Amino acid sequence: MQQEPIKQDRAEAPTQDPAWRVAGRWLARLHAIGPVVGLVLLCVAGTLLNPDFATFGNAMNVLTRTAFIGIIAVGMCFVIISGGIDLSVGSMAALIAGCVILLMNRLGLAGLSPVAAVTFGMAFALILGALFGLAHGLLITGGRIEPFIVTLGTLGIYRAYLTYLAQGGAIQLDNVLSDVYSPVFYGSLLAIPIPVLVFAVVAVIGGVILNRTAYGRYVQAIGSNEQVARYAAVDVDRIKVITYMLLGACVGIATLLYVPRLGSASPTTGLLWELEAIAAVIVGGTSLKGGAGSIAGTVIGAILLSVISNILNLTNIISVYLNAAVQGFVIIIVAFLQRKRK
Amino acid sequence: MKKEPRNLAALLESASATVQPMTLKLGIHKPTVVAIALGALLLASAAWAEEKKVNLGVSIPAATHGWTAGIVYWAGQAKKDLEKEHPGLKITVKTAGSPAEQANQLQDLLTATKIDTLVVLPFESAPLTKPVAQLKSKGVYVTVVDRGLTDTSAQDAYVAGDNRTFAKISGEYLAKALNGKGDIVVLRGIPTTIDNERIEGFESVMKTYPDIKILDAKYGNWNRDDAFRVMQDYLTRFKHIDAVWTGDDDMSIGVLKAIDQAKRNDIKIVLGGAASKGMIKTLIDGNNPLIQANVTYSPKMIYDAVKMTAEARLKGEKLPPTYLIPSVLVTKENAKEFYFPDSPF
Repeated sequence: MQQEPIKQDRAEAPTQDPAWRVAGRWLARLHAIGPVVGLVLLCVAGTLLNPDFATFGNAMNVLTRTAFIGIIAVGMCFVIISGGIDLSVGSMAALIAGCVILLMNRLGLAGLSPVAAVTFGMAFALILGALFGLAHGLLITGGRIEPFIVTLGTLGIYRAYLTYLAQGGAIQLDNVLSDVYSPVFYGSLLAIPIPVLVFAVVAVIGGVILNRTAYGRYVQAIGSNEQVARYAAVDVDRIKVITYMLLGACVGIATLLYVPRLGSASPTTGLLWELEAIAAVIVGGTSLKGGAGSIAGTVIGAILLSVISNILNLTNIISVYLNAAVQGFVIIIVAFLQRKRK
Repeated sequence: MKKEPRNLAALLESASATVQPMTLKLGIHKPTVVAIALGALLLASAAWAEEKKVNLGVSIPAATHGWTAGIVYWAGQAKKDLEKEHPGLKITVKTAGSPAEQANQLQDLLTATKIDTLVVLPFESAPLTKPVAQLKSKGVYVTVVDRGLTDTSAQDAYVAGDNRTFAKISGEYLAKALNGKGDIVVLRGIPTTIDNERIEGFESVMKTYPDIKILDAKYGNWNRDDAFRVMQDYLTRFKHIDAVWTGDDDMSIGVLKAIDQAKRNDIKIVLGGAASKGMIKTLIDGNNPLIQANVTYSPKMIYDAVKMTAEARLKGEKLPPTYLIPSVLVTKENAKEFYFPDSPF
């Protein structure tokens, strides 16, 4: 039933040594090979269409903008493997961004040093994300409401509150704070932008939790067969609540990287992120039915999605009216490749 | 609009009908007094006819982005200012999150609020044409704002920003600023008629400047984040860019961040549009050399539309069938006139 783990061998995430049986490794590789083939083909096509595609700068641009969706997709991967879904992540990110900016501005006005205000704000993003996740988890397990409905509800709620807080306009981060905060997005370490590093760390930790811990095994077991897991004395409700909290925390991390980019939150923040995150997970080879999935595949899926729009922006061969169609075709083709190899 | 005079005539008829029996009953002692009193009453109601009662409904999209937030704000301002100014005027403002919701609200405005005049900014043109026509057939005076209906017989008046002029002013300004020579990248909005009119207007200006080249025009969806990404890729793709035209101040914010990040200094101008308060403030303060001008396409148009409609209806007049609110070039010199710090946009 259980899928053997896939290691971070292809993505930009640092590799960790796979200490698993060779057979298991190959099985996993086969599973992940569809998205990899898709990504490689896309990169070749991109380079042929515009040589600038293959530059380091462009690669970093693409990976940086993938970071938001990618980090959320790692959390989403857990939720989907456990047999759940979360449609609210985009709205949640927007609301967290708005609240964090408001808090930072308040703290700044209250006389806290900019660095302290920003640090508190970042911690607040994580806590708020986890709390939203907790609410989802409790409604789903305790309230016995379908995850689709719970998170469809909160999707509307979060965005409406953000719109209300912003009065339909934008919530702006104070300039002084913005200057202190901006290196979190624009800074880099050893020429690698910070968001990319954070994305890599989140992906590795996600991979370790999913494949090397009891919790990760339980998540897969629940998604595979919830009743059997229950009979096997797995605390299904607790595990599920934790997956939603993990996802919430991932949304928090993505948001604290997002805020310094524009220094603002508006009702268009995080629009359709939920679909992109879910698509990244599924394109990466995780079954929407749950039970099995891979973090590496998810990472590749996320990169693949942003590479498509990057290539479309770098070329002029396709009418702008058809951009969304290209994205659709590629997603379906990659999903098909991945199925055939199973 | 023929309904109002007819109502008034009916009122006068019934008034004179009651006058006859009353004077008869009161006898001949004080007929003159009564006649004078009644005459005064009639005169008073004639004066009321000059400044009648108007029950005006305003139906607009909910605040989902900066510009619509401005629309909601200015509709509220119009209600506040005009109701104070005209005691006979009642304004009801409704915001809708979707075309279907707006259609329902239009029905409610007619049946529950009993409006006689409507100012509507349709969420989408096609699905709201029938609901608006329905109200007009019941005698409601209809002013449509910004997004035209597919069947113009469903409206009495049309008030809108002028997208072609907006684009032409932007194009002329950029061409002049670049001395008729240079490379421009364009960020388009969301695929709509408005966006098409703008890009056509802009391109028609640029055709007259053979040395100006539009490198590309991709959709940024009137959205900061998408604009940031598109601009990043433009910067990767084009080694030399002289100016950026977004036509939208939200998108300009994303564009400016992308230029900052790439540390490019070949770009001389970023021209937005719609005169958001943030960009007008930047213009007044003069603290960003890339921001030297703006072009209005102000959400204040809803304020103007409500004001024009209300004042015409109070006098029993009608509006011209089409009224285009001209776009204006804003520079550092006149920027103060366009700065509204209380508006969310």
